[in-house]
Amino acid sequence: MLQDKDRIFTNLYGQQDWRLAGARQRGDWADTAAILARGRDAIINEMKASGLRGRGGAGFPTGVKWSFMPKNSDGRPHYLVINGDESEPGTCKDREILRHEPHKLVESALIASFAMGAHAAYIYIRGEFFNEARHLQIAIDEAYAAGLIGKNAAGSGWDFDFYIHRGAGAYICGEETALLESLEGKKGQPRMKPPFPAAMGLYGCPTTVNNVESISVASTILRRGATWFSSLGRPNNAGTKLMAISGHVNTPCVFEEELGVPLKDIIEKHGGGVRGGWDNLLAVIPGGCSVPVLPKAICETVLMDYDSLRAERSGLGTACMIVMDKSTDIVRAIARFSQFFKHESCGQCTPCREGTGWMMRVMQRMVEGRAELEEIDMLEQVTRQVEGHTICALGDAAAWPIQGLIRHFRPVMEDRIQAYKAAHGGGRITQVPQGVPVGIPVAAE
Amino acid sequence: MSAHSPIDQIEQPASFAFDEESEAEIATILAKYPAERKASGTLPLLYVAQKQMGRLTGSAWVPRVAMDEIARRLEVAPIRVYEVATFYLMFNTKPIGRYHLQVCTTTSCWLRGSDDVVAACKKATGIGAFGQSSADGLFTLTEVECLGACSNAPILQVDDDFYEDLDGPRTVELIEALRRGERPTPGPTIDRMGSAPAGGRKTLTDSPADQG
Repeated sequence: MLQDKDRIFTNLYGQQDWRLAGARQRGDWADTAAILARGRDAIINEMKASGLRGRGGAGFPTGVKWSFMPKNSDGRPHYLVINGDESEPGTCKDREILRHEPHKLVESALIASFAMGAHAAYIYIRGEFFNEARHLQIAIDEAYAAGLIGKNAAGSGWDFDFYIHRGAGAYICGEETALLESLEGKKGQPRMKPPFPAAMGLYGCPTTVNNVESISVASTILRRGATWFSSLGRPNNAGTKLMAISGHVNTPCVFEEELGVPLKDIIEKHGGGVRGGWDNLLAVIPGGCSVPVLPKAICETVLMDYDSLRAERSGLGTACMIVMDKSTDIVRAIARFSQFFKHESCGQCTPCREGTGWMMRVMQRMVEGRAELEEIDMLEQVTRQVEGHTICALGDAAAWPIQGLIRHFRPVMEDRIQAYKAAHGGGRITQVPQGVPVGIPVAAE
Repeated sequence: MSAHSPIDQIEQPASFAFDEESEAEIATILAKYPAERKASGTLPLLYVAQKQMGRLTGSAWVPRVAMDEIARRLEVAPIRVYEVATFYLMFNTKPIGRYHLQVCTTTSCWLRGSDDVVAACKKATGIGAFGQSSADGLFTLTEVECLGACSNAPILQVDDDFYEDLDGPRTVELIEALRRGERPTPGPTIDRMGSAPAGGRKTLTDSPADQG
């Protein structure tokens, strides 16, 4: 497991001064101009060599993403846009960077912007993070006042401006093109791709959108070297990662850990163990609500990284796990996610707009057991009709938790339906809408 | 999407003008975006208007005349501002109470007892259902989706502040304090530093300067 000497976010809990003076003591802003002096290509190559994969959930190699930006400007400005719309249920890691390590973010944003030829960066912060945005704004103001950003940022010769743009309570704006729409002052409805943001992003200009954490680790990777970073974790799953535990553990928390560590060890060490002991574990959602749930049997051995979780048909996602003990109504837990996605669908694509509502309503009946056994298969089929048939991945994200539930907890759903039938006399009567007294024959039956 | 009331059914003020404090904020905001991309100011200006309404009337919401003024400033059609104001949950298109209680009920909070927080909010304010305001006009209760502070669940957001690691009794205490005009310090309501484990850090313990 990761040692303190290899941690990037050394002020994760705000136990030290988060402002400029404290950040400098932790090594931020030490030799920023020297890093920029290595040149664009050297920085991008170092980031590629580090093996850093996107920390927002998709896991796309960050250095490669940076290299997609045009080498030379065609007259249009380039933009770095940082995604701080952290809204995926279970996920609470970027918040700690914004409020306790804001200078790592500002310095890394300068480096990343330089590497992609951008003189301006915008960070989109979810609206609810009002106090977090305030911390970051103070850090930005400090950096301007100290000459670290602005004209000739940190004495590098590069001009760089950094702006905060606050969202206003829409999960969909975490999707990169919806985020750009929102930043342009519109409803957050995702754009068709292509064109990709690297060709036509913010204001129609070449843009790269990166997660807060993906950007914030850049300064440390470039200081300590790609070799150091890639020596942590496992091949293709390099480095350290901010993770979080919520739900039924003794000590929910946020922490930085090496990728590739057994999930069980993480829960035991950082989470202080499952409430009531390991054997009381029911299931874990490993990385935000859109990744499928894993039952205890898989949690015994699975490693916490992109490829290991993918192999179990789940995903690392944001690496912010939700732990559920045996007292949990797993169907209700997943049904709440269906309600979430229904609420957050932007309404642009029919399969998602209609499908999320449909899935939510069926899931609510599944919670009661007021359904037919065949409807489990029908529900699974509907998730397949939504998945992959929408402009953005919200439709997929709404489908996957239900697929995971059916894959691993089908007997629980079946038992509930049988119990409902037994209690209500069975037959087709189970499908009458809520509010209609049970026992009255439905017309035409 | 959220269940916004149709704008036409709300009693709307006859006029709206940004005050001096708001004007200063607007100048800062518009400097962030290229001059020809003023529309980017839509969300920030809606916030400015909402905050001003809270400051001047005690109810932080955005009346239609304010949306019209924003459209005029940003040189966009009013419908562009209306559709943004109704798309995003955090803009209140009807009047709300002085304190906006926003309780997260998504799974991470639910697993840690958000049902108790909801019950406590209703009990302490007399509000019967989400979306309603208390009879004294002090509180509005809203159910919100994940607030992004899950390791400190359950969370109640009061206006801009997160109150974390709540249970029923502490929620009642918080609401009573608000009623007395106090603003308790936001953050964990148990003995805990930020999102570190309760009972003390398990990492970042090497530096002697950090102890405590």
